[in-house]
Amino acid sequence: MSKDQVRVVVTGLGATTPLGGDAATTWSALLAGRSGIKPLTADWIDTVPVKFAGVAAVDPGDVLPRPEARRLDRAEQFALIAARQAWEDAGTPKVDPDRLGVVVGSGIGGITTILQAYDTYRDKGWNRLSPFTVPMLMPNGSAGWISIDLGARAGAHATVSACATGAESIGYAIEMIRSGRADVVVAGGTEAAIHPLNIASFAAMRAMSTRNDEPERASRPFDKARDGFVLGEGAGILVLESEEHALARGATIYAVAGGAGFSSDGHHISAPEPSGTGGKVAMERAIRAAGISAADVVHVNAHATGTPVGDEIETTAIKDAIGGHPLVTATKSMTGHLLGGAGGIESVFTVLALKERIVPPTANLDDPADGIEVEIVRGEPRKLPEGQIAAINNSFGFGGHNVAVAFTTH
Amino acid sequence: MAMTEPEILAGLGKIINEITGIPATEVTPEKSFVDDLDIDSLSMVEIAVAAQDEFGVEIPDDQLKNLKTVKDVVNFIQS
Repeated sequence: MSKDQVRVVVTGLGATTPLGGDAATTWSALLAGRSGIKPLTADWIDTVPVKFAGVAAVDPGDVLPRPEARRLDRAEQFALIAARQAWEDAGTPKVDPDRLGVVVGSGIGGITTILQAYDTYRDKGWNRLSPFTVPMLMPNGSAGWISIDLGARAGAHATVSACATGAESIGYAIEMIRSGRADVVVAGGTEAAIHPLNIASFAAMRAMSTRNDEPERASRPFDKARDGFVLGEGAGILVLESEEHALARGATIYAVAGGAGFSSDGHHISAPEPSGTGGKVAMERAIRAAGISAADVVHVNAHATGTPVGDEIETTAIKDAIGGHPLVTATKSMTGHLLGGAGGIESVFTVLALKERIVPPTANLDDPADGIEVEIVRGEPRKLPEGQIAAINNSFGFGGHNVAVAFTTH
Repeated sequence: MAMTEPEILAGLGKIINEITGIPATEVTPEKSFVDDLDIDSLSMVEIAVAAQDEFGVEIPDDQLKNLKTVKDVVNFIQS
């Protein structure tokens, strides 16, 4: 990082996940190696081949007032809850509205709203639709609502890149501050896609685990016996701030958001490029954007979803971009895969890992697959070294989107 | 069978509370939706959609804009 570049720091964290209703509860569950995956009991469960998911531990309807909740898609509910937590965690700072931005995306958007609204339209007619149907289904809804909640006027953006969405949002937010468009940006990802159509569609790709007899053991990134990803839901949000702004108000700083690296595979709509070049290049660019060296990166929160094809390729990419030294973990083994929310919560976890210098284990990794080229933390959490260190959160999405976000200790 | 005014008021109070959070007891006949209850046009549509289901009446858009007070809605449902 050149001297004249604006340094961006993380000053607030918020999350609502299958493991807990906030970042702290989720984090302690991760360190304990607990699974948030449970059997589903919905009346449609017999129509789909996958009968479990990572349902949010705290229902957003129990957190938000009813009049507010009914106007929001579930993905927007998660986003707003996590954003309010992050904002409070940052000390509810006073910020010039013209210098306050929002970047929060979702991989799919308000799909439950779309499907339910279609039923209402078909069965009862157009004039029984909620007037909030459009704001609930639009994928930029979360960014819009958060900007209203905070009175943010520097710009509210919604990146969409499937499972890379949350990380892309954070990368975009870092660049918003670096380029001088904002002093503070609330950024992350959200998803609420536990609906039979989504499960059926992912199952049609043969991408989901069908380990129905052992839901807690189903999400097993890097394991030989893995058979697909497990769907989760929730949101993860960071408050990003220029270091100057944070120091001036005496904020508590978690970490430096060093920079993001982006790349695209240009190869296949859903399968990763087999040599791992796309992921490797994203990590190299993140390292360059953060002004650090590969040797500084001691931890990677891997994208590792537990599908048969991707996990080994990512370890090759990590080894090629960083080396064999970082401690790698796959927290999706416990949260499931939050799609557009994944980069949000996993950036929260990466920041906490740096701050507390500890890496949560990868659950269900009983028998590492052949071709794993880096050290995966399993069993117990592992300590990170003292001194100035860095960590990377990887997020890759259908479409061939690769994003790596590099954080460093402050 | 026509509903009585207290029955309609109770039903409306419940709907308005559900949609806006305004206590049902504040939903009294003389109240204006915009001036007294601070209900915006989209919320008014939400209330109309719910009222149509609750009371089994159709509220056409050109009628909806004439319903300024709680009493107006009560009269419309009774008519």
